[in-house]
Amino acid sequence: MAAHTQPGRPNQLFRNLNSKIASIPMMLTAVVIFLGGTIWTVVYSFTNSKLLPRLSFVGLEQYERLWDTPRWIVSIQNLATYGCLSLIFSLTIGFLLAALMDQKIRFENTFRTIFLYPFALSFIVTGLVWQWILNPEFGVQSVVRSLGWTSFTFDPLYNSDIVIYGILIAALWQGTGLVMCLMLAGLRGIDEDIWKAARVDGIPMWKTYLFIIIPMMRPVFVTTLVIIASGIVRIYDLVVAQTSGGPGIASDVPAKYVYDYMFFAQNLGQGFAASTMMLLAVAIIIVPWAYLEFGGRKRG
Amino acid sequence: MDKSLTMPASGPVSRPGISAPAGSRLETGPQGKRPRKVLSSRNIIVYGALGLAAIYYLIPLYVMVVTSLKGMPEIRLGNIFSPPMEITFEPWVKAWAQACTGLNCDGLSRGFWNSVRITVPSVIVSIAIASVNGYALANWRFKGSEIFFTILIVGAFIPYQVMIYPIVIILREMGLYGTLYGLILVHSIFGMPIQTLLFRNYFVSLPEELFKAARIDGAGFWQIYFRIMLPMSLPIFVVSMILQTTGIWNDFLFGVVFTRPDTYPMTVQLNNIVNSVQGVKEYNVNMAATLLTGAVPLIVYFVSGRLFVRGIAAGAVKG
Repeated sequence: MAAHTQPGRPNQLFRNLNSKIASIPMMLTAVVIFLGGTIWTVVYSFTNSKLLPRLSFVGLEQYERLWDTPRWIVSIQNLATYGCLSLIFSLTIGFLLAALMDQKIRFENTFRTIFLYPFALSFIVTGLVWQWILNPEFGVQSVVRSLGWTSFTFDPLYNSDIVIYGILIAALWQGTGLVMCLMLAGLRGIDEDIWKAARVDGIPMWKTYLFIIIPMMRPVFVTTLVIIASGIVRIYDLVVAQTSGGPGIASDVPAKYVYDYMFFAQNLGQGFAASTMMLLAVAIIIVPWAYLEFGGRKRG
Repeated sequence: MDKSLTMPASGPVSRPGISAPAGSRLETGPQGKRPRKVLSSRNIIVYGALGLAAIYYLIPLYVMVVTSLKGMPEIRLGNIFSPPMEITFEPWVKAWAQACTGLNCDGLSRGFWNSVRITVPSVIVSIAIASVNGYALANWRFKGSEIFFTILIVGAFIPYQVMIYPIVIILREMGLYGTLYGLILVHSIFGMPIQTLLFRNYFVSLPEELFKAARIDGAGFWQIYFRIMLPMSLPIFVVSMILQTTGIWNDFLFGVVFTRPDTYPMTVQLNNIVNSVQGVKEYNVNMAATLLTGAVPLIVYFVSGRLFVRGIAAGAVKG
């Protein structure tokens, strides 16, 4: 592609000038906001900025205080629980739905429309609907009780031990449709002959899925995993809408911690340190993936 | 779709209206007739499972609609799944025109119009920038262009919380903090990675000869963009419009950080109405407000159908 420009180079800077001018917004965004903003935040996380950012370095003090704060520990635990379960369930449910959808069924479009519509809704709407359904006074709990099972208890949003599962239910409702779509695209990309061969060899269907199809879909799984994982670290709106972090701090998540410290507690240094930890979490997910994906491609 | 195989008249065991057998992909293999009973039991499992899943996905929508049409006395008595005995549209009117957030009591309509004023320019600006960027990256690469693009794509994975405060400072310096312009700028910035990727991939997939022919005829950067690329890329414009419209409409974090209470977008206002602590909770009004906020992306989704699926697939699976 680079061959559009002539090999003789009169002046490096003015070659392809229009393209460079047109790319200025992209360059600014990439360098100033994404790169510059990230570096700025990381640098200021080593200062003791309170109401306003100040460059007075205190080393790792903010991080020490961060990991001494119970609220941060709770939010990290919530994120870990929510993240693991969300990954497992959305991959499993998404794949199962996709496998069912791939049985040459009728009404495929109808089913797809139904499974995917929550994805078009915002997390705020999702959170508020599920807050209402899980409301112990009127929702599922009271309905089951009115059917005769009077000791039935299901109030995840008011019980700090299980509140994160209440959020998980809502998140799965919102997000599994997307996973299903990605998986279905992956299943459709698999050669029909594979199925024929497995059929001829008399391999049962579930074995074909488990030992042939799923290993073949590795790239789809990896991409889906990265998408889900980077969404998990960001989770914020859903918690705000569904529980506002409550009861107490029981359903707090890192993104909410960051926001509260930056804009309410007037403790910028803590906010920066916490957001740097979020960045680190994402890096742990992204770097190996990028290395496998792009490092491998260049060599191969 | 390649749904070419349908069974002849279905037996008495299989359910009416369903004639395509579940395992019909296997029917293409070399084999004899299958006993019909096995097929229909598989049918029952497949459709049963899909049906149950569909119910789970539909229940919240159903509950929202039903609750929003009931009066408060009925909500206190009945269960949330029962259909309304007396349909009333009062909650909808109240949610739209009277619901209170703080001192304002003019309902969600304020948030709705704020969201419109945010979404429309943001979509236009971000798509304009991203399409030109994608075009430059696909057809006019220059030294370093791929580096910027890589930073952009990696940047898409950075949590927003990391970059929010520097942006607050930049916008404050520019005098745009708290204004709609500032928020539009923010949406354009954060929409850029995925949109640029979308357009770049689309332009790369167009035949290169077109571009070369235009170059030989003496067309320049902008001429080729406006005369050749733009008219050819209507589908991708529609896809990216769908993505951006739903994405920006559904945003909460940027709305709450970069605007003031009187310019809050709909999602923020909705959250404030429903989760406000003072006053009696009016669940029917809350659900009507929730449905109103969800209506715009839902309409976009139902109208666009397949294009929406294509958009998220293109946005999600790179390459």
